[in-house]
Amino acid sequence: MAAVTHVKKSCAVNPLKMSAPIGAALAFMGLDNCMPTLHGSQGCTAFGLVLFVRHFKEAVPMQTTAMNEATTIMGGMDNVEQAILNIHKRAQPAIIGIASTGLTETKGDDVDGYLEIIRKKHPELDELALVYVSTPDYVGAFQDGWAKAVAKIVKELAEPGQKIAGQVNVLAGSHLTPGDIEEIREIVEAFGLKPIILPDLSGSMDGHVPDNFSPTTLGGTTLTQLRMTGSSEFTLAIGEHMREAAQTLQDKCGVPFEVLETLTGLDGCDRLMSLLTEKSGRPAPNKYRRQRSQLVDAMLDAHFYLGGKKIALGAEPDLLWGIGNLFAGMGAELAAVVTTTQSPLLEKLPAREVLIGDLEDLESRAQGCDLLVTHSHGRQMAERLDLPFLRMGIPMFDRLGAAHQVTVGYRGTRDLIFEVANLFMAVAHEPAPDDWRQPASEGAACGSCASAAAH
Amino acid sequence: MDALSKKVQEVFDEPACGKNQAKSEKDRKKGCTKQLQPGAAAGGCAFDGAKIALQPITDVAHLVHGPIACEGNSWDNRGAKSSGSRLYRTGFTTDINELDVVYGGEKRLFRSVKEIVDKYDPPAIFVYQTCVTALIGDDIEAVCKAATAKFGKPVIPVNAPGFVGNKNLGNKLAGEALLDYVIGTAEPETTTPYDINIIGEYNLAGELWQVKPLLDEMGVRILSCISGDAKYQEVATSHRARAAMMVCSKAMINIARKMDERYQIPFFEGSFYGISDMSDSLRNIAKLLVEKGAPAELLDRTEAIIRREEAAFWKQMEPYRDRLKGVKVLLITGGVKSWSVVSALQEVGMEIVGTSVKKSTLEDKQKIKELMGEDAHMIDDMTPREMYKMLKDAQAEIMLSGGRSQFIALKAKMPWLDINQERHHAYAGYSGMVTLVREIDKALHNPMWEQVRKPAPWDIPVEAVPLEMPLKAVA
Repeated sequence: MAAVTHVKKSCAVNPLKMSAPIGAALAFMGLDNCMPTLHGSQGCTAFGLVLFVRHFKEAVPMQTTAMNEATTIMGGMDNVEQAILNIHKRAQPAIIGIASTGLTETKGDDVDGYLEIIRKKHPELDELALVYVSTPDYVGAFQDGWAKAVAKIVKELAEPGQKIAGQVNVLAGSHLTPGDIEEIREIVEAFGLKPIILPDLSGSMDGHVPDNFSPTTLGGTTLTQLRMTGSSEFTLAIGEHMREAAQTLQDKCGVPFEVLETLTGLDGCDRLMSLLTEKSGRPAPNKYRRQRSQLVDAMLDAHFYLGGKKIALGAEPDLLWGIGNLFAGMGAELAAVVTTTQSPLLEKLPAREVLIGDLEDLESRAQGCDLLVTHSHGRQMAERLDLPFLRMGIPMFDRLGAAHQVTVGYRGTRDLIFEVANLFMAVAHEPAPDDWRQPASEGAACGSCASAAAH
Repeated sequence: MDALSKKVQEVFDEPACGKNQAKSEKDRKKGCTKQLQPGAAAGGCAFDGAKIALQPITDVAHLVHGPIACEGNSWDNRGAKSSGSRLYRTGFTTDINELDVVYGGEKRLFRSVKEIVDKYDPPAIFVYQTCVTALIGDDIEAVCKAATAKFGKPVIPVNAPGFVGNKNLGNKLAGEALLDYVIGTAEPETTTPYDINIIGEYNLAGELWQVKPLLDEMGVRILSCISGDAKYQEVATSHRARAAMMVCSKAMINIARKMDERYQIPFFEGSFYGISDMSDSLRNIAKLLVEKGAPAELLDRTEAIIRREEAAFWKQMEPYRDRLKGVKVLLITGGVKSWSVVSALQEVGMEIVGTSVKKSTLEDKQKIKELMGEDAHMIDDMTPREMYKMLKDAQAEIMLSGGRSQFIALKAKMPWLDINQERHHAYAGYSGMVTLVREIDKALHNPMWEQVRKPAPWDIPVEAVPLEMPLKAVA
């Protein structure tokens, strides 16, 4: 049980948090033939776009309503209309996903109302799906924007229908990489089930080389699939922040759901296997029995290296939950934990304290830790504290392959455990003659200090 | 008209800008920011521009007053290098919440300044205004004034909220902040007849350091670079320079012009990209300094250095000349870089099949015409789809551009090189040109291209597959 504390200071230093609108934009990027659009100034989009390009090393489709001072004050109706018409003309997407920003929320633009008027005015847009989600920059964080967007997508586009045998929805949280999603799809399919994954970044942001150029997303959940989510037999929500979307889908279309907080770690994977076995009526395929055994073996081999280690961990709540429990479950101590936004998971985390704060807070508490785990912005801190550094989460701009990092399933967990153990092995301390000498005098004490500092 | 709108009008009416002077009175009033098209716009906002221009000042705290988006989504993402303090890479933001939006964020801003002073004690704090805090009426000038008085160190308002315009406007508003609050507020310990300012150079990937050794050798001192690898104190004393070079086209022309007017510091516009541009820049620096009273032998010393460096450069180019001759290049970048890189690449025999002029001035375009001939393929606004097609059809063999368009080239399986602000290699000066040519050569001749362009086994026409069994039998 952890005490959840909001840091009391005015100035955030070295932010861990990113904004909700770009979380929503990334969720829209998991839809096929979609154009994510921020209703705000062009900079709102530019910053998000650069961030995603640096993370995924991919072209990123993202547009803006290009608000300026005057249009903000007069209201953004014309800009929203122009943006939709322009995007429709130039990119011909099936879906335009619009997220508001701090700017247009401060003004109080009623975008839902605008869309109604635009719909009436432009029957030529009847085929185009429009989803709008309200995400003021000054409320919540990236994962909140993602959660709101997925809930709104479901609310707008899912259609109640005759249940299709074997069809299941997988609502994927923002803590999952395209590689994770691919792994989950394989597992679900191995039980003979037909998954509709929403949002499906594994189709759009997985770094493939397409045959032609497209200004919209290439791959992801299709509009037809989105509508069919109402016909699924049940919904697997992965990550606590997917609960709202799952609930919305149940309320609207009567699809029952189960929330799996994480698929990283033996427990989470076991729960998934039991659930899929129950829903499909099929036993777990042999390859997963073998993989489970490999994970168990990896845990046995690695516990020597993880046990007793102090971890400094900075991540959004749902990623934090999975990774934090994995470390704690291997005998490591969550010595310093910082997250971005409120979540019911936080107080259940096996740590003394969880701070809603920034990387400065993490740095001040990470003295004496053995490993830093956070996104790439931890690089300066890792250097200053001379800590081994495991990059997890978005953004990861100073390494390749962020999209393909797999940490879910037995196999993904096994590899993550090996990676962490190897980080510790790489910095293993060579014993020195003075390591165990008791400080007898001032001079000797200094010598021991020097050797301690060298560790 | 409020102070900010007045400032915006003022920087739009730039007398030293050729493009502006060519306009009618009516057009000039409209300013130089094109109305952005919703749904078809790209590029950063004024805040982004202001931050790009000032963040290279290394020892100050850059505090962004606004919601998390403005700093949280963008911090520590620029390649400006520092020889000293790392404070400029620390992200500071007031990260305002809903209550601040309702009640105003000025108190939080003031307390934030205090926290930074207490914890980091920088020589100055730059406070950046953003859209939301501008809209709710937070008066950052007043807060900065109060904080300056209270904490006894400069707290400088940078009033360039994103929604007033594009990146270029933000560059200029940042320049205004320096002119209003920083430049001329301190005196240098010593001055020499060889003191210059370099304006509009951001030391990306350490490019200033490719040039500085040569200036050192000439005996020229960079009193202040605005703003690459700069310290606050240097910028504050920059009004004592004898001459200035303006590097990045029009981005900070207002600083150069106003320093000329206020402090009689003559400037010229030059570039460190390309051999002839680099040599011209060194010559112009020497010339301006001599005109301002430096001993004339500086000119000879400079010529000797230029001769030596140019000879060394061409010697290093020899292995590349044959390899790069006639290679067709598509150059997508903005402003000054287009003509300065054009001339550089032509010097080694490459052929520029197109260059973007979206952000270029009339003068820039004229220079490109001089270099590439009247039928120069100047691209005003090329869509990604068109770029992709040009590469896919091999009308161009390599694209040089900024990071955001890199995947257009890579997905067409064509070589690409980053020449914008996130780049990792330094391309300035003579040594930088060698690096650029070497990088182009490396990109073009990587054997990987042949492999990735090969069709997948299942895409090879069936008759071409050498199988022992007749394929018809299989089918």
